[in-house]
Amino acid sequence: MTRTRTSYDGVVLCAPVTVPYERYSSQTAHWWAGRALRALARATGFGPGDIDGFCFASFSAAPDTAVGMVQHLGLSPRWLDHLPTGGASGIMALRRAARAVQCGDADIVACVAADTNHLDSFRQTLAGFSRFSQDAVYPYGFGGPNATFALITDAYMRTYGIGREHFGKLCVAQRRNALSNPLALMRTELTLEDYLRARPISDPVHLFDCVMPCAGAEAFIVTTPEIAAARGLKVARILATIERHNAFPDDPVQLRSGWAMDVDDLWSMAGIGPEQVDMLQAYDDYPVIVAMQLEDLGFCPKGQAADFIARTGFEIHGDLPLNTNGGQLSAGQAGAAGGFQNVTEGLRQVLHQPLGAQVPNARTAALSGFGLVNYDRGVCTAAAVIEACR
Amino acid sequence: MSQHPPRDKRDPLARRKERHTPPGLRSSALHALSARAAAGRFVLQSCQDCGAMTYPPRDACPQCWGELVWQDQARGALVLCETTIRATTDLYFRDHLPWRMGKLALDAGPTALAHLHADLKPGDRAEMHLMLDKGGNAALFALPAGGRPDMDDRQWREFTVPVKDRIVLVSDARSAVGRAVVKALHSAGAGLIFAGMAPPARAADLTDEWAGLDRVQTLPFDITDSSLVAEGISKIAGPLDIVINTARFVRGGRNLVDQKRMMDIAVLGFMRLSGACAPMLAGRPAGAFVDLVSIQALAGEVGFAGYAAAEAAHLSLLQSFRHDMRAQGVRVLSIFSGPSDDEDYQSVPPPKVAPARLAREVVEALRMGREISCVGEVASDAMERWLADPALFVREKNL
Repeated sequence: MTRTRTSYDGVVLCAPVTVPYERYSSQTAHWWAGRALRALARATGFGPGDIDGFCFASFSAAPDTAVGMVQHLGLSPRWLDHLPTGGASGIMALRRAARAVQCGDADIVACVAADTNHLDSFRQTLAGFSRFSQDAVYPYGFGGPNATFALITDAYMRTYGIGREHFGKLCVAQRRNALSNPLALMRTELTLEDYLRARPISDPVHLFDCVMPCAGAEAFIVTTPEIAAARGLKVARILATIERHNAFPDDPVQLRSGWAMDVDDLWSMAGIGPEQVDMLQAYDDYPVIVAMQLEDLGFCPKGQAADFIARTGFEIHGDLPLNTNGGQLSAGQAGAAGGFQNVTEGLRQVLHQPLGAQVPNARTAALSGFGLVNYDRGVCTAAAVIEACR
Repeated sequence: MSQHPPRDKRDPLARRKERHTPPGLRSSALHALSARAAAGRFVLQSCQDCGAMTYPPRDACPQCWGELVWQDQARGALVLCETTIRATTDLYFRDHLPWRMGKLALDAGPTALAHLHADLKPGDRAEMHLMLDKGGNAALFALPAGGRPDMDDRQWREFTVPVKDRIVLVSDARSAVGRAVVKALHSAGAGLIFAGMAPPARAADLTDEWAGLDRVQTLPFDITDSSLVAEGISKIAGPLDIVINTARFVRGGRNLVDQKRMMDIAVLGFMRLSGACAPMLAGRPAGAFVDLVSIQALAGEVGFAGYAAAEAAHLSLLQSFRHDMRAQGVRVLSIFSGPSDDEDYQSVPPPKVAPARLAREVVEALRMGREISCVGEVASDAMERWLADPALFVREKNL
């Protein structure tokens, strides 16, 4: 009854770009998207006339969508997609664009996420985020995502006996990884003591569990091996992808997420196991979600993240390099671009084009995305395994 | 006039504290929930086709896409997890940090986020209440189940109108209902009650049972007289937390002189009173305006056609006033009743509502922050029939 999924043959990823983040920006999402396309053009030589597919993600482009963006930026694509899925949008862009290229609906797809951050953007983005949030979340203290993830963290800690020191180890390792990334917004050393002593924001979430909203853009290209070769671009291929929305809706609290439904599919399609990947670029909007990904993506059994974290090194030279650019926790969360940096960073590492330190001998990467708190949990999950073409 | 304790005076040079209300944007379905919460009901949506319960409010059943209807539910719940919010970008909640909330598994089925009483922790059983927040929208509040929870809970107080130690104006304290309201407020611990008495003073005023009570001060007041309203309000001078409009003039028949007076009290009098006290209530941390409305306002009534008309206009104004005051965080409460057991309804047979019962309900509505209350069988029955089938109800009341 289960059909065999078609492989991603004939498709490659290339040209990961990051437009340096800024804490606050007076520019618009359109400007940031323009910067991302310009960076793509510099990396590949592709101009507006070459790009025939466009996939866009943003929270701050209103009133425009991908439609407004193509006219604004002078594109005439024959394939267009707009992803409202935030933290899951990078991997979703990758897998959608891959099928478009594979089937010949497009040849060169630019996947772009761009968000600005005005002084009051964060509050305004929150205020109009979703109907369930308006009706059933904001009226309860308006703690934003901090409060939502505080409840998840509280339940997760009670259920699995994981402690703040475990979450702290992840945050400290990611900060160490950020130290070599010149584009990371937070590049001062963080110790476990700093982490544990930080002020509470929404108990048990403390300051260093939270990402810093910022402005920025991320982009990459999905195309055919032939087109990439003609431009002399280093490329990676897609071994497997999964995507799931609103998984386990009857779980009272989100202690597992969509990856757990599709994890077998991911690794069987990839043809390798989690122990064989050279790094994990996980979605890290709150460390509890990283712990959940370690379990749900099969790096350790459910409920044993604490143990796994305690005995694993997550630095660039460690056993399982995690969020090697520092992740959103240290590099910053540029809105929807936060859901693209796991893809761009993973791609950079397997192509050996790092922003900072290089994961030694890196060839494969697991990428994972998580997005959109519509009510009480993240609704969208996605994951991919990629491998450099040598 | 009785003695009363000296009142704190506000520093006249201090910048007045601005009052904020919680975020107010809601879906149409949530407004439907609020309309039911306003009457103190605890309801959730259930599916007409498959019976599934759902929350937050939706427009289709998530199990079978069937039609959803509102249904009263069991109030029990279990606390699953909690957080204390210490940072927010919202001005109202910034003024009230830290704020505790949590997630509960409702006995009715769904899970829900709710405000948590200070004594509740994960694993505890809770009793759910649908309260109206300062912006007038429904919000779930979890109280400890069983026992007697501390009703002075800091967060709970944001959803109610505390009476203890607060300053109250009763617009007409001379009627049987007015006297009962003053007495009930006094027993509930009101800090100072201004008892409005329309001039001229009468000999009987001096022998009133509460005339000698401390914390009660009589005040020449008449809502048909703009200057007396202005003078009365200026005599109160200091803070004013709660206004209770007990003034009414009830006559049957179709006498035009009576009708004019009924309109002057129920309609213009309401406008004078509400207009004069609105700015004073707006500055208070839990201001409230309570109005006693005849249930006859809903559909008219043969025999009291003129009074019912005046009350219908009164109710209409009261509803708009509620909207105006929401932005200020002031609660506007309507207390509906049928005939009261006093001189106004001498011609009407029982069942009638004792003034003391009506007065108790005023205090109870404040205590629960309830926008809509119906006192007595006549009012409850009428409201139920009107909500079920307004066209039929109008016909039956005017047969």
